[in-house]
Amino acid sequence: MTSASDAPEQGFRLSQLIYDTRYRSLTIQVVTFILVMAGVAWLVDNTIQNLNQLGKDFNFGFLSNRAGYDIGQQLIPYTNDNTHARAMLVGLLNTLWVSVLGCAAATVLGIIIGVLRLSHNWLVARLMTSYVEMFRNIPVLLWILVCIALLSEVTPSPNAYKINPETGESAVSMLLFDSVAVTNRYTAIPAIEFTNSLGTIDTAFAPISLNFLLIAVVLIVSIWGNRRLKAHAHKVQNETGVRPVTWWKSLLILFGPLLVVLVALGFHLVSPTLKGFNFTGGNNVSNAFVALWLGLTLYTAAFIAEIVRAGILAISKGQSEAAYALGLRPNRTMKLVILPQALRVIIPPLISQYLNLTKNSSLAIAVGYMDLRGTLGGVTLNQTGRELEAILLMMLIYLAISLTISGLMNVYNKSVKLKER
Amino acid sequence: MSTSQTAAFVRKDMLPPQDPPTSQAGLVKWLRENLFASWFNAILTLSSVFVIYLLVTHFYPWFRHSVWNANSLAECRTIIAANWGEGASGACWAMLRERWHQFIFGFYPPELYWRPIAVFLGLLLAVAPVLFTQLPRQMLLFSLAYPLLAIWLLWGGSAWPVIMIAAGFGIGFLALRFLDEVSSILAIVAAIVAPILFWLFAVGPLDDVLSKAIPLAIEPVASDRFGGFLLAITIGAGGIALSLPLGIILALGRQSNMFLIKSCSVMFIEFIRGVPLITLLFVASLLLNYFLPPGTNFDIILRVMILVTMFAAAYIAEVIRGGLAALPRGQYEAADALGLDYWKAQRLIILPQALKISIPGIVSTFIGMFKDTTLVTFVGLFDPLKGIPDFIRADFNWKGIYWEPFVFVGAIFFILNFSMSRYAMYLERKLKRDHR
Repeated sequence: MTSASDAPEQGFRLSQLIYDTRYRSLTIQVVTFILVMAGVAWLVDNTIQNLNQLGKDFNFGFLSNRAGYDIGQQLIPYTNDNTHARAMLVGLLNTLWVSVLGCAAATVLGIIIGVLRLSHNWLVARLMTSYVEMFRNIPVLLWILVCIALLSEVTPSPNAYKINPETGESAVSMLLFDSVAVTNRYTAIPAIEFTNSLGTIDTAFAPISLNFLLIAVVLIVSIWGNRRLKAHAHKVQNETGVRPVTWWKSLLILFGPLLVVLVALGFHLVSPTLKGFNFTGGNNVSNAFVALWLGLTLYTAAFIAEIVRAGILAISKGQSEAAYALGLRPNRTMKLVILPQALRVIIPPLISQYLNLTKNSSLAIAVGYMDLRGTLGGVTLNQTGRELEAILLMMLIYLAISLTISGLMNVYNKSVKLKER
Repeated sequence: MSTSQTAAFVRKDMLPPQDPPTSQAGLVKWLRENLFASWFNAILTLSSVFVIYLLVTHFYPWFRHSVWNANSLAECRTIIAANWGEGASGACWAMLRERWHQFIFGFYPPELYWRPIAVFLGLLLAVAPVLFTQLPRQMLLFSLAYPLLAIWLLWGGSAWPVIMIAAGFGIGFLALRFLDEVSSILAIVAAIVAPILFWLFAVGPLDDVLSKAIPLAIEPVASDRFGGFLLAITIGAGGIALSLPLGIILALGRQSNMFLIKSCSVMFIEFIRGVPLITLLFVASLLLNYFLPPGTNFDIILRVMILVTMFAAAYIAEVIRGGLAALPRGQYEAADALGLDYWKAQRLIILPQALKISIPGIVSTFIGMFKDTTLVTFVGLFDPLKGIPDFIRADFNWKGIYWEPFVFVGAIFFILNFSMSRYAMYLERKLKRDHR
């Protein structure tokens, strides 16, 4: 009889590092790691040598120096006496501001176009398809340039809104009940004002308007109250089988307190009026901002439309048929069956479009809007001559924004993931 | 029995079928179903018609009043005013007639236009066997040689450096081929090390000798003469060709179960995807000189191309990772069960399927990259969208000409990108095996 015997013990041989699958992966990793580290060391060494040669050092001290340049649009107070760091912050807020507004507008437009593209109406579906194909296949830079050219070449100068005393009419009239004026330098929109203003608290970062703070608090409380109401209704329904009527209570809770606060604060809109050569009273939004926002919105909306369309198409017909068979009405079917499933398909690519829009907002360079690239990566870089620090910092900030958003997306993805057993 | 014979009338032929009611046939039915199915649909249709009417009334006269023969924008406007009355708007395509070559070739010397044209035709020839599998496989040899040929034709100069690069690849291939019988690992190491040694040490002296013996050179063209679509396509095609292999490697790295390799890939991919392309282009134009040995200064187009390649590769890696993750686990297990090693399994089983699934994503990344080549305008290159039109507008004759360049360049981008996306759809249909 033969008996199974172990292979003779040979101890560790060097060739095992390559031929033994137990060790091979370790070898490969170590070699790769050494190569990568050597590469990084080489880059860093080169950088140090180059900096020495140029007589420069690597420090971020310039951020606390006086900036000395003005920024057209600013969300927090800023003068040219502030530091470069403050200028960078203004730029960052401008980037975020145009991105948030762009995302909001692109989502609305994208959903409308995506849904209409699925419409049974032949003409509308074709029209929306052409919109999507046209905007998707042409660089966003072109759309931004078209927008700025439209705004600065085609629109009238503020002067054209002047009322001619003889005829009693102006050459051009304002839009939306005389509240918006599009001119070749800026777009004048109404400003929000409060008659009984609560004032502001000055912090080092930015003055906080107590009015808006109050409104925000009231809104949050209302939404929380509405949720409690819904939860209560749900509980009653589970116990008795009859759902109490909630819609008017909901409306009351959501909008009642808000209306009271708004009336108490004396909320009103002030339309811009032409005084001399310029509009005053309202907010004058620079054309650079409007063009960038419009270009990004139109472009991204085409992508969002496709995402929405794909999301709706991804839900098989059986789902809606099953819901109808259960006796659900079409709007309940949409709300309870289709949307929850479609959103799972729609949201991840939607967020990555938001990320793209945020990154594309750096095309502000084409229209001269002072975003993060315009301040930190533009004027600050040119004034201080610290391109290494400025660009690295700018990249890190963009990276932080992106990673934050994608981190939030991962949390969301986990929460809606199909729970499989 | 005989009662049946007394029937007054018996029909012998079938009645012909009646025409459907007018509301259920032909145009009326189509209109009812497709345009006026409900009152809401009717409103949609009418508003679409209104939108189309607005677009046509705005743009049609502009195209109709086009002027092709003029020497300046002012002259165009005079001609339009003379022909169509005061205040009529019209396109001034005369600008294109005079400047089209700048949109296409930038500032490439006109007497050498045959070179970019030959390169472009060669590109079609090189790409054809990759795109359409019906073509003879021998054409792939030309595709392999094409990149170096294109570089030589576009930038000109001596042919020897390009031939040396090709020779390096040849040496690597030979090393792989002959040492494979001795030891496969030795062969791979030799195939990587031998060409590098050759390029580092042998090329310089060889080049000197050979250039003196047989001067095989054509007129060199500097990078700053590149512009327009020549530049966009050079960067785009170069980036596409280089980013696909890099993207595949990164995707495999990210899917690998070796911790260090995986984390290196993740860091690279997430870093690149997290920053805007514009900042990377600034790195190319401002920072790359810091990162390389002192005194290195190489071509701006090459620098931009490196960064664009890295940018596209990160996105492609994510697309391919999606394809790898979508493959059923059984495919990996089957490859293991057959006893294939990692590379054989990837090459023969995993990648062909994963790449097939990722085709739509890969093509849309390429389209995105081609669109993004327009951003090179911000590092001082003359892209067709902003650089060239700005240059043309700087000429007093064409000051203030905005819409014509936009329409022309937009149309070309549209045609190229639209055909790319249609090709992707064709490929998707062709490769579909419906096994799911």
